[in-house]
Amino acid sequence: MNPTVAAFEERVANLEGAVGGVAFASGLAAQNAAMFTLLNHGDHVVASNALYGGTVTQLKHLLRKFSVALDFVDPTDLSQWHDAIQDNTKLCFGETIGNPSGVILDIAAVAEIAHTQGVPLMVDNTFATPVGCQPLAWGADIVVHSATKFIGGHGTSLGGIVVESGEFDWSNGRFPGMQDPSPAYHGLKFHETFGTFGYLMKLRAETLRDLGAAMSPFNAFLLAQGIETLPLRMRQHIANAHAVAQHLQTCAGVEAVHYPGLAAHPQRNLVEKYLPEGPGAVFCFDLSGGREAGIAFIEHLHLFSHLANVGDAKSLVIHPASTTHRQLSDQELSAAGIGPGTIRVSIGIEDASDLIADLDHALQYI
Amino acid sequence: MDNLTEYQSPDVIKQALTCPRVAVVGMSANELRASNFVGYYMKRNGYQIMPVNPRETEIYGEPCYPSLQDIPQPVDVVDVFRDPSAVPEIAEQAVAIGAKFLWLQFGVISPEGVAIAEAGGLQCIVDKCIKIEHARYQGRMHFLGFNTQRIESQRQ
Repeated sequence: MNPTVAAFEERVANLEGAVGGVAFASGLAAQNAAMFTLLNHGDHVVASNALYGGTVTQLKHLLRKFSVALDFVDPTDLSQWHDAIQDNTKLCFGETIGNPSGVILDIAAVAEIAHTQGVPLMVDNTFATPVGCQPLAWGADIVVHSATKFIGGHGTSLGGIVVESGEFDWSNGRFPGMQDPSPAYHGLKFHETFGTFGYLMKLRAETLRDLGAAMSPFNAFLLAQGIETLPLRMRQHIANAHAVAQHLQTCAGVEAVHYPGLAAHPQRNLVEKYLPEGPGAVFCFDLSGGREAGIAFIEHLHLFSHLANVGDAKSLVIHPASTTHRQLSDQELSAAGIGPGTIRVSIGIEDASDLIADLDHALQYI
Repeated sequence: MDNLTEYQSPDVIKQALTCPRVAVVGMSANELRASNFVGYYMKRNGYQIMPVNPRETEIYGEPCYPSLQDIPQPVDVVDVFRDPSAVPEIAEQAVAIGAKFLWLQFGVISPEGVAIAEAGGLQCIVDKCIKIEHARYQGRMHFLGFNTQRIESQRQ
């Protein structure tokens, strides 16, 4: 426990309408700890198939090493969520805005399906930020963030955080680890002792202690400073993303633009419901020239930085099939909505006309 | 109880926390139990605690009473760590001894007990922890990353 880290935790918890938060060294560390607090060998997780590549490998390979079974579902098909939940399912998991596909999670509907069967819904809200969407208010139970992205906002510091609503009934019989005396904490019964704070206390006192991925206080200071400008930055990120996406639609060599903020997006109703300020600033577009066009395009950009990060004040660009999602098979890539010519951009807060000029310049070389 | 938040009013909680005399019903002598630590914490923070537990004679140097009605001095807050089924009888006794607040800890949810206490003029707090609420208003809850709902530029 460190007072600077605690101040950061409380600020994010406050923005998300959560009962509290626990910070970690990175987003993946936060997510892993959030899951390990609930999971035991023989348990089962249901996850959206439209997720960040690092999350896919964490779910698919790390959890399986610990004998946790997994089913990926098409997040837009509610019957798949319903049918995938088993007696040993401990968690449903999705991203508010899928990375990089832009698939929007119908949080309220999936939460209802999960709750009917006594299962909590965990949502990665990194791309929306609490300024854009508060998943707990729509029925999600746990929210995780990579604070490295928009929350920090400047690509300077790694960090992650888990926040929880305090409203899920951990005594429903599905979570003996929350109810029974814990052998890892001298027989403490976390749910009985801490009530609405039980999950977060177990997450901090046991999982953070055991996994050790604590947030550095200096990173907490930088990330907390990022929060101070988060609403201002998000407004500019989103306005620029709209302008760039609309422009790309008119460009030769661009086959499709997948920004969920465009009027033609198939999930327009979910965008309006969950993300009324706009669906963030990270999206993909497909170049008709495939893989080679993608590489040539990135090599000729001068303002966009070629980086795997997102959510920086600067505009960033990457070719997922050869970088962030490289560990995925072709089948998994296509299930996550990624093609060989797909380019992912994270639109920054620069002047939009400068960004458009840079894109137009690079598109001449494909 | 569907209306739990009616019994979690910050104003009522703050009033209860200003009262110095707290009976801790169901306080255990086992230091792994929440009731034990909460009683210990309240005593350390200057409250006069009166443990109620027929199985013990003394906890942390304080005499332990078999029931609320055996306490020979006034009680302001009756803080309950018991099975919900025990609450109606405790509420009747709390009314009889003239307590001002009935405070039911996490999971101690008894609509019947609350109705008895309210009819007897007590204010009720339900499914909240008196230690956590004390820490919230005293400032220490900030240190655990909880959302204290207290945005405050002044540090105490």
